[in-house]
Amino acid sequence: MTAIDLDATSPKHLADKYAIVGVGETEYMRGAGSGRTTRALGVQAIRAAMNDAGMKPGDIDGMLSYSSNDSTFSTFMAGDLGIRLNFYMDVFGGGSSTEALVGIAIGVIEAGLCKTVAIFRSMNGFSQVRIGGTGARAAAPLNGDQLHARAYGWQSAGQMFAPSFMRHMHDYGTRPEQVAMGKVIHSEHASNNPKAFYKKRVSVDEVLSSRMICKPLHLLDCCVETDNANCIIVTSADRARDCRHHPVLIRSVVGRCSKPRSDMHYQHGPISTVAGYYGRDILFPNAGVSAEDIDVTGSYDAFTFTTMLQLEDYGFCKKGEGGQYVSDGTMRLGGRRPNNTSGGHLCEGYTHGIAMVIENVRQLRHDVDDSCPIGPDGRRQHTYDYREGGCRQVKDAELSANLGWASPGTGSAMIMRRG
Amino acid sequence: MALQGTHLGMNLTVDDLDIENTAYFGHCARHDFRLQRCDECSLLRYPPTTACPFCTCLQSTWVPVEGKGTVHSYTEVHHGIQPQFQKQTPYLILLVDLDTQKGAPTEHEALRVVANLVTPEGALAGPDQVRRVGIGTRVRMVFNDLSPGLSLPQWTIDESAPQPAPWRYPE
Repeated sequence: MTAIDLDATSPKHLADKYAIVGVGETEYMRGAGSGRTTRALGVQAIRAAMNDAGMKPGDIDGMLSYSSNDSTFSTFMAGDLGIRLNFYMDVFGGGSSTEALVGIAIGVIEAGLCKTVAIFRSMNGFSQVRIGGTGARAAAPLNGDQLHARAYGWQSAGQMFAPSFMRHMHDYGTRPEQVAMGKVIHSEHASNNPKAFYKKRVSVDEVLSSRMICKPLHLLDCCVETDNANCIIVTSADRARDCRHHPVLIRSVVGRCSKPRSDMHYQHGPISTVAGYYGRDILFPNAGVSAEDIDVTGSYDAFTFTTMLQLEDYGFCKKGEGGQYVSDGTMRLGGRRPNNTSGGHLCEGYTHGIAMVIENVRQLRHDVDDSCPIGPDGRRQHTYDYREGGCRQVKDAELSANLGWASPGTGSAMIMRRG
Repeated sequence: MALQGTHLGMNLTVDDLDIENTAYFGHCARHDFRLQRCDECSLLRYPPTTACPFCTCLQSTWVPVEGKGTVHSYTEVHHGIQPQFQKQTPYLILLVDLDTQKGAPTEHEALRVVANLVTPEGALAGPDQVRRVGIGTRVRMVFNDLSPGLSLPQWTIDESAPQPAPWRYPE
């Protein structure tokens, strides 16, 4: 073995050899819910991504999915769509999964197990299994290790992550009105996204006057649980050239990188630091770029605070200055480095991170699905007028970073570039 | 026989196969707070585990640990998830640094034990007490007895200790 094989932080030779060639989704639903099974939702999303790529069932021979006992499986998707699989795997997990599965897809294609992999997430996150833990999950009996957490009413994602958020405010003087700007900015972006569930722009006052869920999280600091499915298709850069759209190349991936003591990450501090502190030493060296080079980010916004903590620990600003970064206009459309231009999980809908990858693929194609007029060539003529109801394309976007979050202790990430 | 009990409407079980948690909660039932001390490197650990997270050693000894510490962080829950907690908001979840072994084996480590803020008698603390507690508050351990074999450790304000002004979420 050489040093390059042993050290995860050494630059690798796979940058730009793989691409995301197809993206697809269902609508984002609450109210009466989707009225469909996760099997039906998943089929629709995968089919949409195949059409987007210009692929037929025979072009897909690999499949990956993630879920938390709340979804369907690859075998049903493939059967329903007439796909014969050479490889598939359905893994357990939520928010840190998308980028990690892209890494697995690259690995299995490189190893010769298959040629093209569809990655999907399908969930009735509003009408069936609520991520917040309400409904049937709230009354489930507790066993063993759960006695150290859930027995104390420490169960939902917000409750579990809140000690990190509070400690960040304590350690660095981060203020509620700074963090609330994350919701404000993402709501501005969502107002330019016809498929976003919440399209209404909100103010800092509206965030801070919404009811308290668990300190420091107000209702509007929390994402919206929705019914939906998303899919992305990964294949080699060579095959990508035969697909419908401009290829979007993968430069580097971080998969479920974790803090020490992942059994209970609060045992190892500082607890106001998250897994991105470790992930950045894999993400940027392998991509051969720095945080400064990135044009658009997708920083997981299960909560306003998760966006801030990740941008800070991946090095988009100095440690402790995340409050300023998320509130000074940097991550607004038209700013230096827009974040979650779809409106993200706070506004568009909740799919455990995969929708933020879809959004950045469209950004790097220079073809986001906003309300700009469609020209004679069938492509949108982007105006770069970011007022409400207008454009959300980032001008000349060349490099994106997705920062996926499972918890303060675990995260995934990916850098993509326009091919 | 598995340890079983009911707490705020929730059914709690520790299976016999779960050797470490059976020992941990068994000591708690005698109001004798103990943690595993590694037989090799002598470091304490929490939560209970099969191997030592500092040296991988599989042998350990349960030793008494003083149930005193400082609130490292917390959340004040206003929207409960479990039905019984929904009726008792706001309640506090405290992440507490034990005094024992704080800052070891590195400055980043502490034995951080999560529990609610309760009254000295063990009932979930009401609004008056909730308002007094934040990062820095000194607390001591008490126990909720759920059944003859199963008790949950909890935190209450240590009225005998000097109390610094705690850091609280700005109102």
